Amino acid sequence: MLARVVTFAIDGVQPRTVWVEVDIRAGLPSFTIVGLGDTAVRESRDRIHAAILNSDFRFPDRRITANLAPASLRKAGPGFDAAIALALLAASGQVPAAALAGIAVFGELSLGGELRDSPGALAVAEGARRAGCKRLFVPCQRAREASLVGGLEIVPVATLQEAAGVLRGQPVPAMPASQPRSAAARQAPDLADVRGHEVPLLALQIAAAGGHNLLMEGAPGTGKTMLARRLPSILPPLGRADAIEVTRLHSVAGLHAGGLITTRPFRAPHHTISPAGMTGGGSPPRPGEATLAHHGVLFLDELSEFQRPTLDSLRQPLEDGSVVIVRGQRSLVFPTRFMLVAATNPCPCGYAGVGDRCSCGEPELRRHRRRLSGPLLDRIDLLVDVRRPAAAELRSPAATSSERARARVAEARERQRRRLRGTGASCNGEIGARIAQRLMRIDDDGWSELGRAYDAGTLSARGRHRVLRVAQTIADLDGRDRVRRTDVLLALSLRQRSEPEMAMVA
Amino acid sequence: MNACDRCLARGFLLEALAGHLETQRWQIDALLALPDHELLDAVGGHRADAVAHPVGAADAIPLALGGADAEARRARVAAAGLEVVCRCSPLYPRALLELEAPPAVLYMTGSAERLSSLLADDRAVAVVGARRASPYGVETASSLASGLGGADVTVVSGMALGIDGVAHDGALRGAGETVAVLPGGADRAYPAAHRRLYERIRAQGIVISELPPGVRPRRWMFPARNRIIAGLSAMTVVVQARARSGALVTARHAQTLGRVVGAVPGPVSSPLSAGPHALIAAGARLIAGAQDVLDAIYGPGERTLEHAWRASLSDRDVALLSALQEGHEGAAAFARAGLGTVEALEAVAALELAGVIRCGPGGRLVVTTGPR
Repeated sequence: MLARVVTFAIDGVQPRTVWVEVDIRAGLPSFTIVGLGDTAVRESRDRIHAAILNSDFRFPDRRITANLAPASLRKAGPGFDAAIALALLAASGQVPAAALAGIAVFGELSLGGELRDSPGALAVAEGARRAGCKRLFVPCQRAREASLVGGLEIVPVATLQEAAGVLRGQPVPAMPASQPRSAAARQAPDLADVRGHEVPLLALQIAAAGGHNLLMEGAPGTGKTMLARRLPSILPPLGRADAIEVTRLHSVAGLHAGGLITTRPFRAPHHTISPAGMTGGGSPPRPGEATLAHHGVLFLDELSEFQRPTLDSLRQPLEDGSVVIVRGQRSLVFPTRFMLVAATNPCPCGYAGVGDRCSCGEPELRRHRRRLSGPLLDRIDLLVDVRRPAAAELRSPAATSSERARARVAEARERQRRRLRGTGASCNGEIGARIAQRLMRIDDDGWSELGRAYDAGTLSARGRHRVLRVAQTIADLDGRDRVRRTDVLLALSLRQRSEPEMAMVA
Repeated sequence: MNACDRCLARGFLLEALAGHLETQRWQIDALLALPDHELLDAVGGHRADAVAHPVGAADAIPLALGGADAEARRARVAAAGLEVVCRCSPLYPRALLELEAPPAVLYMTGSAERLSSLLADDRAVAVVGARRASPYGVETASSLASGLGGADVTVVSGMALGIDGVAHDGALRGAGETVAVLPGGADRAYPAAHRRLYERIRAQGIVISELPPGVRPRRWMFPARNRIIAGLSAMTVVVQARARSGALVTARHAQTLGRVVGAVPGPVSSPLSAGPHALIAAGARLIAGAQDVLDAIYGPGERTLEHAWRASLSDRDVALLSALQEGHEGAAAFARAGLGTVEALEAVAALELAGVIRCGPGGRLVVTTGPR
């Protein structure tokens, strides 16, 4: 007898419909699974065998064939266990086969018959809705997450027994209570904790308001990481659609279980990360740090220590907001719209600019510069030097709080959205030279300052454009559309000085 | 071409003897002062005859003092895109003739007329110093050279890493002119790390050498090159130099020639200050900025640096400038000037645009002008 049920494979971060077909007929007892599964899928035979027997069901002593269709799609992981087991129970007449119509099942089985926590439930739920399923069976740990998708009944099941019961017409188990937010989540880092650091705080707000990538330079222990961790707290809150997207990505990567992620992600990969770890890859391809930082902040501490290929691999993600991973005949698209914040020592010993502590000569400084330079720096609009605050500053009250900064940032973003409507860009950090030309209004003396900097050779053509974008954000933060001379000057003092002027000297 | 066959041959003789001279580089000044045949006798060893009379000698160094190969040599210089001038020519820099051993020929990337215009009226000043310079030295040399460049002084140096390269760069950035004297052939960028700088100097200034095109630098060529730097310049300024630095060789040559020697003081704690401080102790002029150099070569107060930047600065900018000049840094300087963060950053940009401060490594703001 034949039974069929729908489940989903996660291909990169996208759900793909998989039909599980189980056929039982007379013959020598055997159990085979076909359909391009990996080792975890092949091993699911033993899990299913034990789970069915331990759940007080009968395991048919006949010839059993399970097929995962379409047979051309590679399938990985243990998420098919529950679907195969239920189809097997239906094929052997232990649950009504008709009840499987319009139902999707997702989850890994333990030998005892419990459904285990399986990453990617939100993606599966989205797939189930798109495929027109009415009900989705998920492990109860993942029920809240899956229920973020509307128009679909989520059935939280703890065991195979329970799932079979629902199919036989028993009532659907109640949704598990939402977990209280952890103490750590409530005490997110806040700008109110920062003392001194007035210039970096200003730069953080400009970066957040305009979506500008930021580079922080400073000696070890001056607070670069501390400042970067506070950036998500002043970014505008995630919209619901974006929040669902972030939750799906983190769920697929196995980093999150539970409800909706409402805070912007902050990812700080160690500098030993490989290019595949950064952009995604591997077999099966998994999202990388750039994707996990989608709609949030990617923080690269010790920028000069990262391998060159890793940094170069960030070019496409920064440019396009997504990365295309091509493996074999498949290509996968991972979204990567993040803000880049990088931190570096100003020189190899780390103490340039701190009294006479720096022991680096010109060749070391030059080498350090060369390690940093390159296409990545081209995408960074803001540079700020982080210095050790003076003792008096440490005792002074906080300059601002995340709440106040967030309000300013949100207002500036709103102003940008209105101005940039219809251009495809949503913030100043994304606008190209042509849009800038068309939409930016600058006072005459602002232009002349910019012209002076350009003529003096301290600014490249690209650097000039970056200064313009930042100046626009500064005006936006100030509640103006028009850019004044002072905005240009402020933007000039926060620019990267790694261009022509530093090419020789450092 | 402004070079006679005989002088041209001398240049190629040095190339042919380069390896031999290397073994006796401790007395290189004396050797370079010898006429061709005595030089051959002194360093040529058993191959001296072969070098002087190559006909029939199997391992002869292809060199004939008579001048049969003169055309081939000229062709080689032209092929490298260089010009040449010899000491018999009226276009040869007169200042060099005062050397004990003036180079017989100079190979250059520009015309002899251009070179003499760059050196006319004693307006060439050598700015030399350590290769492994500190940020302080780099900043000082850069602002000194750009000040001199803006004051129509030609900056002469050796294009080495460190101070030398920064001096050329500063001069070009100050819209001034510059002469690089290389140890090896003038057609090769040495050191290779300065290839871009070399191209800029070639385009806007002039690169010269005593040795024919294509010659790789050898150790003896560095002190030999230093004597040319001193010889070309009315004044030599040493920015940073360790106790046994080549920059001190340049300063010694300048002293011997009776030219002005200046030195930029540095922190007493740094070994890089040893050279300049010893020079100052021995009577060199103390140089704190481009104005001091102008005073030294033209007489006090004869010419002053233009301070066009003053006009463009607001009171706020000047307040920050004086706070920085007093030695306050970062947030402390902002507070001292009584400025908020935003205003202070605007002032930083304005001062930087005016060329009065520079942003050094680690974001340290460095004042590049004296309190005037």
